Amino acid sequence: MAVYPLKETKKAPQSQTKAIQWLKENLLSSTSNVLLTLTALYLIYLILPPILNWTIFDANFDLTADNDSCGREGACWAFIYDNFKMFIYGFYPQEELWRIDTMFGLIVVMIMFGSWIKKSQYRMHYIIGAFLVYPIAAFFLLHGGLGLEVVGTDKWGGLTLTIVVAAVGIVASFPLGILFALGRQSKMRIVKFISVVFIEFVRGVPLITILFMASVILPLFFSVGMDFDKLLRALIGITLFQTAYIAEVIRGGLQAIPKGQYEAADASGLNFVQKTTLIILPQALKISIPNIVGSFIALFKDTTLILIIGLYDMLAIVGAATSNSSWLGRNSEGYVFVAFVMWVILYSMSRYSKKLEVRFSTEHKN
Amino acid sequence: MSNPTDDRLCCDIIEIKGLNKWYGEFHALKNIDLTVKEGEIIVICGPSGSGKSTLIRCINFLEKFQEGSIVVDGTELTDDVKKIRQVRSEVSMVFQHFNLFPHLSIIDNLTLAPIWVHNETKQQAKEKALTLLDRVGIKDQAEKYPNQLSGGQQQRVAIARALCTSPKIMLFDEPTSALDPEMISEVLDVMIELAKEGITMLCVTHEMGFAKKVADRVIFMDEGQVIEQNTPDKFFDNPESERLQLFLDQILTN
Repeated sequence: MAVYPLKETKKAPQSQTKAIQWLKENLLSSTSNVLLTLTALYLIYLILPPILNWTIFDANFDLTADNDSCGREGACWAFIYDNFKMFIYGFYPQEELWRIDTMFGLIVVMIMFGSWIKKSQYRMHYIIGAFLVYPIAAFFLLHGGLGLEVVGTDKWGGLTLTIVVAAVGIVASFPLGILFALGRQSKMRIVKFISVVFIEFVRGVPLITILFMASVILPLFFSVGMDFDKLLRALIGITLFQTAYIAEVIRGGLQAIPKGQYEAADASGLNFVQKTTLIILPQALKISIPNIVGSFIALFKDTTLILIIGLYDMLAIVGAATSNSSWLGRNSEGYVFVAFVMWVILYSMSRYSKKLEVRFSTEHKN
Repeated sequence: MSNPTDDRLCCDIIEIKGLNKWYGEFHALKNIDLTVKEGEIIVICGPSGSGKSTLIRCINFLEKFQEGSIVVDGTELTDDVKKIRQVRSEVSMVFQHFNLFPHLSIIDNLTLAPIWVHNETKQQAKEKALTLLDRVGIKDQAEKYPNQLSGGQQQRVAIARALCTSPKIMLFDEPTSALDPEMISEVLDVMIELAKEGITMLCVTHEMGFAKKVADRVIFMDEGQVIEQNTPDKFFDNPESERLQLFLDQILTN
């Protein structure tokens, strides 16, 4: 028998620089991989130059140009500049635009104030209060009343409308989704039955159908004089649609919670509500963050569908702007611009979700 | 079945009569009668699937039972939520897999039930929690999260959490079975300390050293029944039933 001394730890061998090693491993590891790399490079060579030429090199950046002086070989960005307000505010009256600016400005102020009182014990009160008060303030700012001139929802449009629809859909569907997810897990037969029927019905129907139903069929149920707002109907439809998806996402999170967590909560004497809100939901929601945000991103994109029931979201504004005789035929610029704005917003949402994930996971490790 | 007498032990705190439980068609507990006196330390052992965990999980109603009655400190367990909560406020449980709440810090794990179930102030709960953490030797980890601790530390936290509500009865469901061998003793030491303080304990465990050291009574279960119960010395030195002899041979020889 023998006794062996402890050995020293050594660094792993590194023969090549990291960049070359990365190239070799990821792009040139086999014959088929080399072929794929070459094909991809060729495709990029085909596609990229025309795009860059149209958007930048051949484009006209003269913001005072009109449709004729702009030229047709490249993009005419004066179109966007000239219609910028319409893209952002829709047909909202000029002299009332400050109300929309205030509404968005308030959000920035609220977030800044929220991060300023990060350590305060009243932070939770503030967040809950903000979520209750802000929608009311935003409603009166946008719609009017309380001394402000009323601006009908037919005047709302552009990015403002896109954000309003998406935000209402997201904020309203989240708590409802939690309720339906819990309902589907419930031991009470009726609650479970209603939840399952609702979720499976809504998920089995395309959003367009729900929007049509909300705008055409729903009014049939109400008496003739009671014609309620087209936008409100769309909001209800979108919220119901999103609720079903969020419910399923959260149900996935709930199912990932080990049985032991329920037992420990029960054994401690917590009642059902305490067990759900203090132990189960915080863990289930944390697991679900990537899928919840993914679902919200999908919703944000789906809001463009409201144009088919005659609401002017940012995408529909392209049509409105190019039907103006002074900017005929500039649809491409409009669609590229809308795509770019959408991408900036959605990519930010996706990055924010990553940040949230990291924050919640490091909370357990530092 | 008569209980061994002991001057220290006076009043019955748990009375189980004619307890029967089925999982579907499977008869998991067969006509169990068991009385536990206040301050008594009971160790329950037996082969896996013998119903020992199921038995103690019936005492805080984590498992429903179909026949028989369980009375804990004067409260009879029924489907009545109030009675279940009453019993659970006096009975704490330590689990095989710790079941700490991973999204809460150690200190929040401990203060949760005192604040929400027993209506203590945050300050009271926190002071008591720190005292208990000090007792199990992990006061300096109070702000950490469960996943940052070793298995042995997590189980000691779980014991402190169970004690935080000042229970009359502690249930241990195989508290050392999921631990690495070198961490078993640190948990057993805490349990031995606890046993000396006079709290009523029911432990499902295979740690026979622990049983010999602190138990007032050792119970052997097999196939959903209590086969034999006795004081530790008689239990280990003179097992009466053949099945207990076989069981002891198996666990003591390897």
